[in-house]
Amino acid sequence: MKAFRRSERSSTPPAGRTSPVATLAPIPIADHDPLAAFLVGAGGPVDVDKIELDSPALAAMRESGVTMIVPLISQGELIGTLSLGRRMSDQPYSVDDRRLLRGLAAQVAPAIRLAQLVRKQEAEAKDRERMEQELRVAALIQQTLLPKDVPSLPGWEVDAYYRPAREVGGDFYDFLPMSDGRLGVVIGDVTDKGVPAALVMATTRSTLRAAAQRWDDPGLVLAEANEVLVAEIPPAMFVTCLFAVLDTGTGRLTFANAGHNLPYVRTGGGVLELRATGMPLGLMPGMEYEVRSTELEAGSVMLLTSDGIVESHGPDGSMFGFDRLMGLVGGTGTASALTSKVLAELDRFCGAGHEQEDDVTMVALRRIGGAAESAATFDPALLDRFEVPSVEGEERVAMERVTTLARAEGMSASRLEQLRTAVAETVMNAIEHGNGYAAETSVEVAVLRMADRLLVRVSDSGSGPVMDAVTVPDLDAKLEGSQSPRGWGLFLIEQMVDALRHETVDGRHVVELEMSLEGAN
Amino acid sequence: MPTVMFDVEVERSDGHATLRMKGDLTGSSRESMDTAYRGASEPVVVLDFRNVTYINSTGIAVIVGVLAGARTDGRQVRAFGLDEHYRKIFQITRIADFMAIHDDETAAIG
Repeated sequence: MKAFRRSERSSTPPAGRTSPVATLAPIPIADHDPLAAFLVGAGGPVDVDKIELDSPALAAMRESGVTMIVPLISQGELIGTLSLGRRMSDQPYSVDDRRLLRGLAAQVAPAIRLAQLVRKQEAEAKDRERMEQELRVAALIQQTLLPKDVPSLPGWEVDAYYRPAREVGGDFYDFLPMSDGRLGVVIGDVTDKGVPAALVMATTRSTLRAAAQRWDDPGLVLAEANEVLVAEIPPAMFVTCLFAVLDTGTGRLTFANAGHNLPYVRTGGGVLELRATGMPLGLMPGMEYEVRSTELEAGSVMLLTSDGIVESHGPDGSMFGFDRLMGLVGGTGTASALTSKVLAELDRFCGAGHEQEDDVTMVALRRIGGAAESAATFDPALLDRFEVPSVEGEERVAMERVTTLARAEGMSASRLEQLRTAVAETVMNAIEHGNGYAAETSVEVAVLRMADRLLVRVSDSGSGPVMDAVTVPDLDAKLEGSQSPRGWGLFLIEQMVDALRHETVDGRHVVELEMSLEGAN
Repeated sequence: MPTVMFDVEVERSDGHATLRMKGDLTGSSRESMDTAYRGASEPVVVLDFRNVTYINSTGIAVIVGVLAGARTDGRQVRAFGLDEHYRKIFQITRIADFMAIHDDETAAIG
């Protein structure tokens, strides 16, 4: 808050007269200075020597010769003061003078208030414009650095998808041609957002490209990139990165990982996680990166993602999570069908009109050929296989994962609800009765597709009693109190699914649920 | 879907008590439901399912328990706020034969 000082006269003295002090430097009145509150309540001009307050502003004013203060009040707030020194004539200020000043203050105060507000708005608009500009620059940097197209490789289908968050988040991916017809595939994520992240992303990309020219070994590529980034990027920043080298002829994939999300591979035996350990790039010098490899057979689909997908939140605050994503990889279809399904499920999970929190990036590769290509309907195709520990509540995890997959395979909404209940009850039974909550046991769930039917197989350790034939619970007896109110699980399961089978295989109890995908795409 | 703690509040009106349930209805809800059921003595008990996020077979057993208690006490139980899927389940299990299921609160009270 400023104090305005004016002398009684204007600053242009009449000819021939020397003018006393015209204007002096403003004296600020701190918000908690008692003078401020005093002036708000004063109601009009006040003589300085009539004020008794312990106020630094008042002392400063007295010292510079102020004899009268006219408060400028707008909407009940003190927005400034008009401070006057002694009249040139040394006369005291008259009643008329005071009336004039009061009137003046009443006119001036709102005008000053308006000017203050306008200035504040202009400053805010400038800030917003500056921020928007920074976002545009970051987006531009990122766009020019991402591949324009996906590589076209005989025998392979490649798909990539990138959707930045409003505040561009530093995701990147790249395809690098390497020696002997191999393809380098990179996906990474820079900490932080905006222009700084985009610049680090640019550095990382070019460093990786250069290193990939020198080394075939993905571990060495990352190690070299790490040295460069440690030296060049700001101390608090780092980059997670997965670097994979694909032999497009044999399907052999060699990879190293600097702290990035694990890639998933759909294989004939279920969904695999590709694990290789290593620290994110740019944190510490001298890092080594473990190198692993795997074979991508015909029909395999590999999905690389950034963490923007699994870390997305739904309206209830829950996270999309790894399980859902793995379940989706397990489905059927092409690489581009997979990326579409993941997106559709992500958008459905987050809800209509949600603001995307982080960049969403996906790279999917499919090796064309294999049994999945020919629509062999007599052999069920394994879509997904996973385990849950024998702990109460884990049936919910299994339920979500299977439902997500079934939805992606096109199951209708009402059937999905039925399947959901059936899976939860079946897994709950396996946990409680099949495994007796034993800590070292788990329940295995497998999802298979056979033509237009989905099969869910739930296996427990086999140490519990064999499932009896399903009987209809006697509600009358339960209401009478002659039977326990419990015992609904098996009955419910049978009612929910198209078919229910059970058998003992290798000492394990296996319950198989069958649900038609009728009406699905 | 995260697990949501179960909670039930009793609202007493003339002639009926409404049990407003929230969260996952499972076996662990039994005690709260018992307490809520006994927390009012009105002859009509209305179960508000609108904010129930999940019901499994052990939750159904809890409802059966409430129905058994109501039969002994000569109280009537009604319900509303169930979606299509759970209405179907209550029909399949014949719980709907012993508990009138309505489309909304007004219908349930009226």
